[in-house]
Amino acid sequence: MRYIEQQAVVKRMNGRLIANSIFKYLFLAATLVALVALVILLYRIVSQGMGHLSIEFLTNFASRFPEKAGIKAALVGSLWLMLVVAPTSIILGVGSAIYLEEYAKQNRITTFIRMNISNLAGVPSVVFGLLGLTIFVRALALGNSVLAAGFTMSLLILPVIVVSSQEAIRSVPRELRDASFGMGATKWQTIIKIILPAAIPGILTGSILALSRAIGETAPLIVIGVPVIIQFLPAGVMDTFTALPMQIYDWSSRPQQEFQTVAAAGIMVLMAVLLFMNSIAVIIRNKFDKRY
Amino acid sequence: MRPSVQEMIARSNGKKNKKVIEKIMPVLLFLIASVSVLTSVGIVVTLIVETITFFTRVPFFDFIFGTTWLPFSNKDAQFGILPLIVGTLKVTLIATVVAVPIGISAAIYLSEYASENVRRILKPILEVLAGVPTIVYGFFALTFVTPVLQSVFPEIKIFNAISPGIVVGIMIIPMIASLSEDAMSSVPKSIREGALAMGSTKFEVAWKITLPAALSGIIASVVLAVSRAIGETMIVSLAAGSTPRFDGDFTGSIQTMTAYIVQVSKGDAGYGTTIYYSIYAVGFTLFVFTMLMNILAGYVSKRFREEY
Amino acid sequence: MTTIITEKPRIDTPTQKSVKKAVYETNQLNLWYGTNHALKNIDLEIKENEVTAIIGPSGCGKSTYLKTLNRMVELVPSVKTSGEILYRGRNIFDHDYGVEELRTRVGMVFQKPNPFPKSIYDNIAYGPRIHGIKNKKILDEIVEKSLRGAAIWDEVKDRLNENAYSVSGGQQQRICIARALAIEPDVILMDEPTSALDPISTLKVEELVQELKKDYSIIIVTHNMQQAARISDKTAFFLNGEVIEFNQTDTIFSNPADKRTEDYISGRFG
Repeated sequence: MRYIEQQAVVKRMNGRLIANSIFKYLFLAATLVALVALVILLYRIVSQGMGHLSIEFLTNFASRFPEKAGIKAALVGSLWLMLVVAPTSIILGVGSAIYLEEYAKQNRITTFIRMNISNLAGVPSVVFGLLGLTIFVRALALGNSVLAAGFTMSLLILPVIVVSSQEAIRSVPRELRDASFGMGATKWQTIIKIILPAAIPGILTGSILALSRAIGETAPLIVIGVPVIIQFLPAGVMDTFTALPMQIYDWSSRPQQEFQTVAAAGIMVLMAVLLFMNSIAVIIRNKFDKRY
Repeated sequence: MRPSVQEMIARSNGKKNKKVIEKIMPVLLFLIASVSVLTSVGIVVTLIVETITFFTRVPFFDFIFGTTWLPFSNKDAQFGILPLIVGTLKVTLIATVVAVPIGISAAIYLSEYASENVRRILKPILEVLAGVPTIVYGFFALTFVTPVLQSVFPEIKIFNAISPGIVVGIMIIPMIASLSEDAMSSVPKSIREGALAMGSTKFEVAWKITLPAALSGIIASVVLAVSRAIGETMIVSLAAGSTPRFDGDFTGSIQTMTAYIVQVSKGDAGYGTTIYYSIYAVGFTLFVFTMLMNILAGYVSKRFREEY
Repeated sequence: MTTIITEKPRIDTPTQKSVKKAVYETNQLNLWYGTNHALKNIDLEIKENEVTAIIGPSGCGKSTYLKTLNRMVELVPSVKTSGEILYRGRNIFDHDYGVEELRTRVGMVFQKPNPFPKSIYDNIAYGPRIHGIKNKKILDEIVEKSLRGAAIWDEVKDRLNENAYSVSGGQQQRICIARALAIEPDVILMDEPTSALDPISTLKVEELVQELKKDYSIIIVTHNMQQAARISDKTAFFLNGEVIEFNQTDTIFSNPADKRTEDYISGRFG
């Protein structure tokens, strides 16, 4: 006895195929929503900010008058911030990754550290701000300096760097390690001469993406009390400063319509910096992709 | 005569510092790795200590059950956090409604339908979207989404829950899409082929085979994204307003937990005032919310992982 | 040199004289993966209720040919074909011939067991369900009949609600065969179905194939020549994308017409 009637199967086939096409286009449309959102966002910002973008905008300090407002202090401040964040977070992140991948034994402490890192990645940035305010600004009395903000940001992006560095280290082929150990190299020699050089593209790509997150973060800076209106440039890491997203936040939250254009121009500068950093990451990734 | 290579190696191996390095490096690296643990400890201790100080001034139950948040009143300051939680949930709800269907649909499209070429174009776009700073999204919500919404629904105010909700949703779409796509892509190809070979359409494969098989990963991605939405700060600070409200209205100004912390930080509340400590109490509440979500996500993806 | 053939444990002899209808007629089939010409001018006629074995060294196109028969090969991007394959008289490459419809008639069993990550019951019921059978009682009957048909009913009847991955690899493969049987196909394509199995499971699957022949036409790709000799009625020998020889299995193994066939089955290469 047969349960499946071919007639019925054929009859239903049309409906199933129609459902298939409908859902295919529905899924495609959903994917395109993301694309459309991005296009509108970029278009809006460029069309608003283009008019205000000029050399003066880059070389002027902030001002009460929208037409004179410039982004010099913020741009330089963000660079100062990176000067602290980049070395701090990369040393901490890559060091942790090496420990976890090469030295850590499979025990409770290691499991705890791993779990801790993944949980840390889920802590809202504003909470990192509270940590920075208590520990760096007040307890260590660094004030709202480049250093305090830099340390806070470094801890914020630490999980991202650790995880991407771990992946990079893990993807170094076993054979390379074995070859090095096979010649009598010690563990540290193998790490520093074989594993790290092989993993460096992955580490750099991940680190640059993490740094670009730090450069766009605003909330922790607000919480640790980074000021906005600054008419001088920091001379050292202990000086106070302002940063691009702080400046943009300030302009955006002003009621005058003119400042919206200034904010859009500021966003264009921020996005240009991010674009630059991301292209470097992409170049590194493409250049070293699939070497093994 | 030149010493043999083996002799030279023996000589250099005899040197002290090589052995010292081998001993020191693991310890040093362990210390570096413990910075992340110290950070967590620092966060928890900071929040708890300052929150305890806060509770010496504001009763615990008034805080967690209070329905009025009026911190800046000189005479009659009230610290009932429920309005801030309601504000946060409003934005999160809208964000979830926007992001979950779109994010999962995009994941299905990318993992089940898209050709390699299409994927190569779409995935970087999602990455770019994920990399846009939240301050930019905030600006977008305030200066574009809100006016557009107002032109359609005039009852919507300049500050409201809907516009930042939608934009937070857009912000978390890439997260849901890419994590869900990872989960679906890890379903082996052979299983898909098994279903296709029985005459399934692609939709049936996606809906009845891949989606159920990857469900734990998809749910985890949604939970993580919701956690991100709860902790999102700049979009709500710019576009949601600063009116803590304990009601069900989405069209007017609200305040979220994160936005309150920003509002106080901006205003430079004096160190040692109750308002100063209140941002830690609110921060701690926020931390508990997101932590619970993260733990839930980890539990879901571990507990319900399919074997294949 | 011909040890395999002399000791061939053949049970039944093919009924050569009876008139059987053709299931598949392949005419001048060519297939390219990009620029790689993988199948060259294939002409084959496959009859119903027979076991047809396809043998040949790795990369000879035997799996590709099998996957062309239900158009699974099209899952690989950049595949191009020419020529025709008639299934029951209709060209499967016709524009209005839906792959889903074809695959409903032609079941497939894969190299490695690939059950769905669902219960054993849901695995078997999947096919009938997508084809519109919702009635629980009928589904129960189909599940039992298919599992019996795949000779695994007794082993799993008490654990139908367990995940299909909880049973052994050999049992998984028979579950996959049951899953193919559940939609009552006309033809079953088997792509080296025993290559991932241990000898005992292999034996069970081979016995099963003999049994299934009564109701189904079976096309089996194998790199195990003894297996081909044991279970098939006809054998096609593929080499470098061409059919070198296609004949009664007995003839192929005892008296091959082509030197290359003889070399291959006697183990000189491949």
